[in-house]
Amino acid sequence: MVDLSVDLGFLKLKNPVLAASGTFGYGLEFAPYLDLEELGGFVVKGLYYGPREGNPPPRLVETPSGLINAIGLQGIGVEAFVAKVLPKLRDLDTVVIVNICGETDEEYIRVVEFLNGHDGIAAFELNISCPNVRQGGACPALDPGTTFRLVKAVKRTSRLPIITKLSPNVTSVAEIAAAAEEAGADAISLVNTFLAMSIDVEMRRPKLANVFGGLSGPAIRPIALRMVYQVASRVKVPVIGIGGISSGADALEFLLAGARAVEVGTASFVDPDASLRVIREIGEFCERHGIRRVEELIGKLEIG
Amino acid sequence: MMKNPTARIANVERRGDYRLFSIETPEMAGRARPGQFLMIKVSSQLDPLLRRPISIHARENDRLEIFFKVTGRGTEILAGKEAGDTLDIIGPLGKGFSMDERLKGMRVLCVGGGRGIAPLYFLAKELHAWGASPMVLYGGKTAADIPLRTKFEEAGLPVLCSTDDGSFGFKGFVTGLAAREIEAHPPAFLFACGPDAMMKAAARLTESRGIPAEFSLESLMGCGIGACWGCVKRILREGQEGWVKICEEGPVFPRDEIVWPEEGD
Repeated sequence: MVDLSVDLGFLKLKNPVLAASGTFGYGLEFAPYLDLEELGGFVVKGLYYGPREGNPPPRLVETPSGLINAIGLQGIGVEAFVAKVLPKLRDLDTVVIVNICGETDEEYIRVVEFLNGHDGIAAFELNISCPNVRQGGACPALDPGTTFRLVKAVKRTSRLPIITKLSPNVTSVAEIAAAAEEAGADAISLVNTFLAMSIDVEMRRPKLANVFGGLSGPAIRPIALRMVYQVASRVKVPVIGIGGISSGADALEFLLAGARAVEVGTASFVDPDASLRVIREIGEFCERHGIRRVEELIGKLEIG
Repeated sequence: MMKNPTARIANVERRGDYRLFSIETPEMAGRARPGQFLMIKVSSQLDPLLRRPISIHARENDRLEIFFKVTGRGTEILAGKEAGDTLDIIGPLGKGFSMDERLKGMRVLCVGGGRGIAPLYFLAKELHAWGASPMVLYGGKTAADIPLRTKFEEAGLPVLCSTDDGSFGFKGFVTGLAAREIEAHPPAFLFACGPDAMMKAAARLTESRGIPAEFSLESLMGCGIGACWGCVKRILREGQEGWVKICEEGPVFPRDEIVWPEEGD
């Protein structure tokens, strides 16, 4: 029997696979398709303080082995989340992480203050990297200074560990990760989506109403992997790898590159139970190679 | 809603660009209601990545039927499947047409344009079995675009056709045919599925005469199960407009909740 559990220091996971924010709804949408308690955990869709309308459609465009989305973080807000969703998640024997958003630094703080006192949340994932809510794909995670300031402010308020989710749309992601770590982030997750676009040549119009969107899916996996490797080589806090993971082998690449856990995103749209397949295939790999604890694999990439 | 990764295709019919698949999926068939849809994986490869939403065309005992037109790469790959192949499907998804008790014994119009006719066969059959009197209005560009006409007739469902070029039946849009029928025998209810412009015209027709109506909307979908927020349409409820996921809360909506896009959008 393989021990799939991993220790993030501030949080123990029964296995290294989390369902990624923005691709797993508020979790309950997936209950008909899988046993949520088999997951290492899941990250619920990004929450602003109030309800948020999101962008006009078309919001999606399919690209080769990928998906560009410009949802714009439509959501129910913290009050409705705590009243209607959290009571149904609280008793699950799995880790529930809440992805938190804000238009301003103050809104991030208000979201954290509101959620602080409520049971059933294991950690916050600080979303400073959504490319679809500000002009031209801007977000706090594009700059080490704003990243540092925001992580520090949130960390000061939060009673829960903070996982900072980074954008890949930067020159040096390791530099941003270092800023987040220095500001007190308990972990780093990456990558959010790549700023992208697609054009309908017949109509000469962008395929997304928002013009730009974020690219996810298997198409981004090799670039995400490279970035996770760079960040894991730079920071001491645990790194959670995200980007186009849909199989056990995909996840193992990220673990070998130094991620202590992974998030499965777009694959859950295609197969609602994709995360369970990833967990099962990691276990099978370990058995095949006589590995007793999956933690033995973390960062064990051999170069040269 | 459930997943069946190995639903066997029992039969395939080809009619020009259209395909009719009969799929063995007993448990799903037992739960299906008219107006619901399936999310179908067209390929086991990563490209194309997403499942395709396809409405349920009919239920025949343990089988569900889909009727679709080859309109892009996804449906082209799907159209290449043969009887005996298996499909990975999720369903039945969404909320279907409302089968109101008050429609029993009443005349009901089912208006379909092009491939939008697909779910109306299931609906008209259930309405008929249930004691309502459905009349199907079926429109296409040419006679080649109304391949299901005889299927409706064989099922004992009255059907009137229109073609844009007049090559079969009423010459003009199916909404022109609907206007004529509504004048002649006002129905108790109208259901429609088809291009937005057609449904918008049908919405105006029924609204001005106070006839209740429901429309099945279409959108690209990321997941079909309410997780991606990609398939939203503008919906008005309790005086509030917002973007509503059609996979979860539709794809069928009552006319008065739908905020139609402006022309040219």
